[in-house]
This record gives sequence, structure tokens and C-alpha cells, in this order.
Amino acid sequence: MIEFQNLRKVYKSSGQQVTALDGINLTISKGEIFGVIGFSGAGKSSLIRCVNLLERPTSGKVIIDGHELTSLPVKKIREVKKNIGMVFQHFNLLNSKTVFANVAMPLTLAKVDKAQIKKRVHELLEFVGLADKADYHPDQLSGGQKQRVGIARALATQPSILLCDEATSALDPQTTSSILQLLKKINQEYKITILIITHEMSVIREICDKVAVIEGGKIIEEGSVFDVFSAPKTATARNFVSTVMNDQLPESINNLIQKQAGSQRIFRINFVGTSAGQPLLSEIAKKFDVHLNVLFGNITELQGVPFGNLIVEFQGEDKEVLRALTYINEKKISIKEVSAYAS
Amino acid sequence: MLVNSEQIIEALIETIQMVAFSLLFSVLLGLPLGILLVVTRKGHLIENLAVFNVLNGVINIFRSVPFIILLVAMIPVTRFIVGTSIGTTAAIVPLVFYAGPYIARLVENSLLEVEPGVIEAAEAMGATPWQIITKFLLPEALSSLVLALTIATIGLVGASAMAGAVGGGGIGDLAITYGYQRFDTITMFITVAILVVIVQGLQSFGNFAAKKIRRR
Ligand SMILES: Nc1ncnc2c1ncn2[C@@H]1O[C@H](COP(=O)(O)OP(=O)(O)O)[C@@H](O)[C@H]1O
Ligand SMILES: [Mg+2]
Repeated sequence: MIEFQNLRKVYKSSGQQVTALDGINLTISKGEIFGVIGFSGAGKSSLIRCVNLLERPTSGKVIIDGHELTSLPVKKIREVKKNIGMVFQHFNLLNSKTVFANVAMPLTLAKVDKAQIKKRVHELLEFVGLADKADYHPDQLSGGQKQRVGIARALATQPSILLCDEATSALDPQTTSSILQLLKKINQEYKITILIITHEMSVIREICDKVAVIEGGKIIEEGSVFDVFSAPKTATARNFVSTVMNDQLPESINNLIQKQAGSQRIFRINFVGTSAGQPLLSEIAKKFDVHLNVLFGNITELQGVPFGNLIVEFQGEDKEVLRALTYINEKKISIKEVSAYAS
Repeated sequence: MLVNSEQIIEALIETIQMVAFSLLFSVLLGLPLGILLVVTRKGHLIENLAVFNVLNGVINIFRSVPFIILLVAMIPVTRFIVGTSIGTTAAIVPLVFYAGPYIARLVENSLLEVEPGVIEAAEAMGATPWQIITKFLLPEALSSLVLALTIATIGLVGASAMAGAVGGGGIGDLAITYGYQRFDTITMFITVAILVVIVQGLQSFGNFAAKKIRRR
């Protein structure tokens, strides 16, 4: 478990003060994949670097499995660090050493004996899918492979926490996806708590259980990925959600809506999980004297649950449309009329 | 030609001795100083601005004194350390005071080239400052350090020729006493040619070694 209590970090450089973290309170439970998302400069790196004290908090507490870190002596902190693996955006591998030696490094530092290191490193390389690359040097690997080495290295000492600072930000979408799947596998097989820092909502959507939105050094929103995606509360969160949910109406449909007037009315139906759209629509078409025309739809899956929205045109008498709407409302399904400009 | 081949070979051996020993001692002096210059600076492994500023200043002073002046100015120190101020052994003292600070600067440069991310990864693993220096910084900078040492060695070859002028012996001594003072053009030509070959050889070897280490 990772707990931040009233964490503040103020950088002082050349007379200027920058408050990177401004009173962070956050609890990350054991075994969770927790994502922190924010724009550049929001304080994400500062936050994750406080977990293993790469950055010393100006004030506040960092508590890991019940131990308050900032008050520990340096020697003890080095011990704690062996229980926290870290993966970096730019991999930070040693180019002068082979893949094997890179992964072995944390064990070498811990003075584990050679035979044991060899066994463990091969096990790790097998796990990340690089068993055949042990004797390569990092400059002979692709970005995704380098990150796999980084991950294997972070896991060498069997930590219970894995920190990922923009671990996929330097990778293409496909590679990103495979690295995220690897992280998920690590989380499931080793029950490692993973803290992920990112500016990409797709990363959060793909593997996180919980998410916190950070802005100006403050956590402005926090919750399960499902809740934040389905009902973002802050403008920033909405903004991030829209980058992956794409619920903006396409131009062509916007034009269509503008041209139409009179008996047609257009609605946005948000649906979640099994109250999914299609059965609802056919039900309405049967029950009421309205014609339904799906103009636009968008469905994604969040933590295994379908989630999305439909833009549907209702054609029919006002009275019938109203009855249909009442019926939908009774089912506690979110429906909202859209006009051409507001989307 | 006023010198025979034996004299030339003897001078060559003296030059090699001077360069080799002064290189050894210069590295023993310059490498730790260079490392200290890096790790004591602001925000680094063992930040200590007092140590950093003193080192930085002292090295700058030595680096700004022309070697020919250092050579003369160091005579009392040389006499104190080796008992005499003339001869090959005596020449090593000013050479070390010349090349040591130079190597410190070169080492500093090489180590600063190592990506900060590597140090960060090391710190995240819980490495001690000593481990970070020996297992991360030095190996990562090795190829660049080899090139730096090549430059320093070539500098020493040049300086050792000058040291010859105050009775250090070696190729430079030969060039000056015969080639210059007695207008022996052939000796001058031969000694310069030998120096050129030495420098070329060192540079090629250094480049080769650095490339081997970098594997590219
Ligand atoms: N070492 C530092 N010295 C001074 N300011 C810093 C330092 N590191 C980060 N900052 C500042 O702190 C703020 C947060 O930075 P950071 O935590 O890196 O944000 P993010 O990772 O979200 O982009 C930024 O305004 C940044 O300029
Ligand atoms: Mg960052």
C-alpha cells in the first residue's frame, strides 16, 4: 500500500519557487493498478519520484506498507527501494552492458550470488519475452524491447510495488499496447501494486483499476476508472475522457442535424454495461409509434464492461416521442437532447 | 648528423618512461579529482559545494599556468619529492602537476556526458554513491574516458619534449640540444618524425580502443 499524506514539493531554482505538489492525499491499495493522469507540468513525475524518494518531499508523508519513508535513515531507504521497482520513459538502461547484465544489476548491487542471479535473470527474460536477447546490448533493441528489459530489471528484486513514469510515452501505439498487457500480466501473476503516471487516457483505459487526475500539483478527481470515464466531474477529466471516448459528433452528422427541423428530434443516449443500447432501441420501436434512426455510435469497454453512447434520431408525433422518453428515463438510462452546435 | 642511433633509442626510451610514469601518476591524481568534481557538484551524488569550489579553483589555477612556467616554478617541489630537479625522474613531477588537473577536467567532461537517467535508475535501485560511480558512471563513460586519456597522453608526449629542455632527457632534449642549438637539421627532422609517429600511433590506438568499447 502506498499512502501520500498532505504531500508538498516545492522546487527552488535561481530564486524562483515552483510548487510541483500542493497537498496530495492519496491511497493506493495493495494489488491495484493505479493511474495518475495529468497534462505536462502537472506534477506527475514529482509525485511518482516521491514514492521512492528520488525526490525528497518538502513536507508531508509517504507511507509504504505502514512505514513512513521520509523519516527513515538513508541506509534504510536504500533497503526500501529494493522493494520498489521503477520503469522509465526513456528506459535508462546501461548501454555499456548486455541485456543480461542490465537485468542482473539490482541483484549484483544486492550481492546475490552468481548462480542465483543467472537463474533469476533468465527467468525474468523468459517472462518478458526476451530469452533470446540476453547477450544483446540495448542499442541493438527496439524501443519496446528496451522497455521490456527495463521492466525485467525493475522486477529483479521481486518488489511489491512497480512505478511506471510515462513508461509507454516513447513507444508507438502497438508497442504501447503490448507493454501494457505485460504490466497487466505482472500485476495479475505477481500481485504487484502498479502506479502508472501518464498523459494518455488510453493507457488508463487499457489497464488501470483506479485513476486520479492531477492538475497544478493537486488531485482534482479520483475514482474507479469506470466512474471517472462514465461520469467525469471536472473539465480536465472530461477533456481526458473525450480524447479516448470520442463523443464529439462528426461534422457530417452535425450538418444533418442543422438541416433538419420539425418532427425529428435527436438525442444522445449514454449506456453502461448490460443496459446496452440495441435491446433498448428495438424495445422502444416496438412499444411506441416512433421511428429510430441511429446516426452515430461509440462503444468501448471499460474494465470488461461495455460503455458508450448513441446519437439517435426520434421520428414521430410529439406525444409518442415523449412517451418513449419517459420510458427510457424510468429505466434510469441517461438520455439528453442534442442540438446542432452543442455536442 | 651529430647523434647516432643509440642516442636516439636511448632518448626514445626516456621519453616513453617519462610519459608512462607521468601518465600513471596523473591518472591516479586526475581520475579521483575528476570524479569528485562531478559528484560534489550541486544536486549530485554527494553534493558538497565547499569541496567542489576548492577543487574547481585549484584545478583552474594549474590549468592556466603555461607548462614551461610550471616546469620552472615546480623545481623546489620536485627537489623536495625526488631529491633532484634534473633528469628523467625529476621531469615526471611537473608533468604530473600539468597532466593531473588536465585529466581531472577530461574525466569530469566524460562523466557529465553520462545520461542523468542512468544515475536515476541506479538511485531507484538503492545503489550507494560508490556503487553508482563504479558500476554505472565509469562503465558508461569508459569509451569516452579512453579517448580522454588518449588526448592526455598525447599532451604528455608534447610536454615531456619540453621537459627535456630543463634536463629531463628524451626525444625533446635531443631535438633541442642538437637540432636547435647546433643546427643539426637531420636530427631535428628525425626527432620530429618520431614524435609525429608516436602521436599518430597513440591517437589511432585510442580511437580503436574507444570504438571497441562502444562496439560501433
Ligand atoms: N528539478 C526541478 N527543478 C525545478 N522545477 C522542477 C523540477 N522538476 C520539476 N519541476 C517543475 O515542477 C512542475 C511539475 O513537474 P513534473 O512533476 O515533472 O510534471 P509532469 O511530470 O506532470 O510533467 C513543473 O512546473 C516543472 O517545471
Ligand atoms: Mg513527467
